[in-house]
Amino acid sequence: MLTKRIIPCLDIKDGRTVKGTNFVNLRDAGDPVELGAIYAEQGADELVFLDITATVDNRKTLIDLVRNVARHVNIPFTVGGGISSVEDVSALLNAGADKVSINSSAVRRPELINELALQFGSQCIIVAIDTRFVPTDKGISEHIVHTHGGRKPTELRTIQWAKEVEDRGAGEILLTSMDTDGTKAGFANELTSLISTNSSIPIIASGGAGTMEHFKEVFTTGKADAGLAASIFHFKEIDIIDLKTYLKAEGISMRL
Amino acid sequence: MKTVIIKYNAGNVQSVMYALDRIGVNYLWTDDEAEIRSADKVIFPGVGEASTAMSYLREKGLDKVIPSLTQPVLGTCVGMQLMCRHSEENNTDCMGIFDIDVKRFDSSNFKVPHVGWNNIFDMTSPLTAGLSENAYMYFVHSYYAELSQYTVAKCDYVQPFSAMLQKDNFHAAQFHTEISGKEGQVIIENFLKL
Repeated sequence: MLTKRIIPCLDIKDGRTVKGTNFVNLRDAGDPVELGAIYAEQGADELVFLDITATVDNRKTLIDLVRNVARHVNIPFTVGGGISSVEDVSALLNAGADKVSINSSAVRRPELINELALQFGSQCIIVAIDTRFVPTDKGISEHIVHTHGGRKPTELRTIQWAKEVEDRGAGEILLTSMDTDGTKAGFANELTSLISTNSSIPIIASGGAGTMEHFKEVFTTGKADAGLAASIFHFKEIDIIDLKTYLKAEGISMRL
Repeated sequence: MKTVIIKYNAGNVQSVMYALDRIGVNYLWTDDEAEIRSADKVIFPGVGEASTAMSYLREKGLDKVIPSLTQPVLGTCVGMQLMCRHSEENNTDCMGIFDIDVKRFDSSNFKVPHVGWNNIFDMTSPLTAGLSENAYMYFVHSYYAELSQYTVAKCDYVQPFSAMLQKDNFHAAQFHTEISGKEGQVIIENFLKL
């Protein structure tokens, strides 16, 4: 049976992991390769590396990092941050990334999704959607796509945008709720479920994980295909092996 | 031992190369017939679309070379599908090493592509020696090879399908051995030991 996936996300700045970790057995807490390999060893199903600087100068550093991760990690990994062209994607895939994640560049120019899917195949194109529930000029609140780390609202309605990126050839959607992100109060299950049910591609839910129960909820109520989190794994608030053991005991299909 | 990875326009094979690096095996990445024929082991990876890949193989004459090889050959993902008779992906005639068809998953009740870790079972391939029944492998595909006399491992998504095929010296896996953790590495190591 196809399992639900647990995905740790590593934020990268200048080729280093930001936000410290309290892994005591790390030689270098800032080394994304070492951290990635440890997560893989602990049973992470995939990894996401998000380059939060994403400037032109840092591109070469990022490519070197990707090459290094690919050499040492034997599970799939995705790279995101500042990707805006076929050339960017080509360089990352050639360095050994299995998938790329695009966000603002797809909002700016949606045709990019079609171009990337055609050139590299849908299977390696993840479209990340940052969403926030906000009041609109119609006097009601709606789920609206945001860019710039969730700070800048767009004209796009989240549910419609999710459908559009699928139609344009996205292979998966990484849905981050800016309403729940950082709260540790649980994922945005209602919205995740709405998008997942409406979609024939996998949905990776992100934002709000604080407890193991939150993952259970996002897979059951939220109908997500994968759950992504960062700090709770880095700070060992939740151990990946414990989490997967718990979820399996709760009847959720897990690779253990 | 000489290991060759067949070079063609089937997307990214960097992960396959790194997997061989991790095992500590030297390899040559080539589309040269003489080099391929003189190899002890031939790996035929693939990520991408079937018809584009087949046109390239025909252009290079590799569609005739590959089926005539006598040393162990391992095809993965789209590589495996191209070793079958026909693929529904853009109605493509393939190499026909395995006399079976590749069909698209029915997406009425399941998400397609099939993405993620799934267990393989009924394993009878020499490549799965040492693995436990229901080992998890990483799959990413929208098309599948039907069950047949060549099936040496099964997987279940929408319906049971061929996770691995074998006919004589030709071995194939639908999943990505190179990123399927330790279990995937066992398959590559077993292949290299054939």
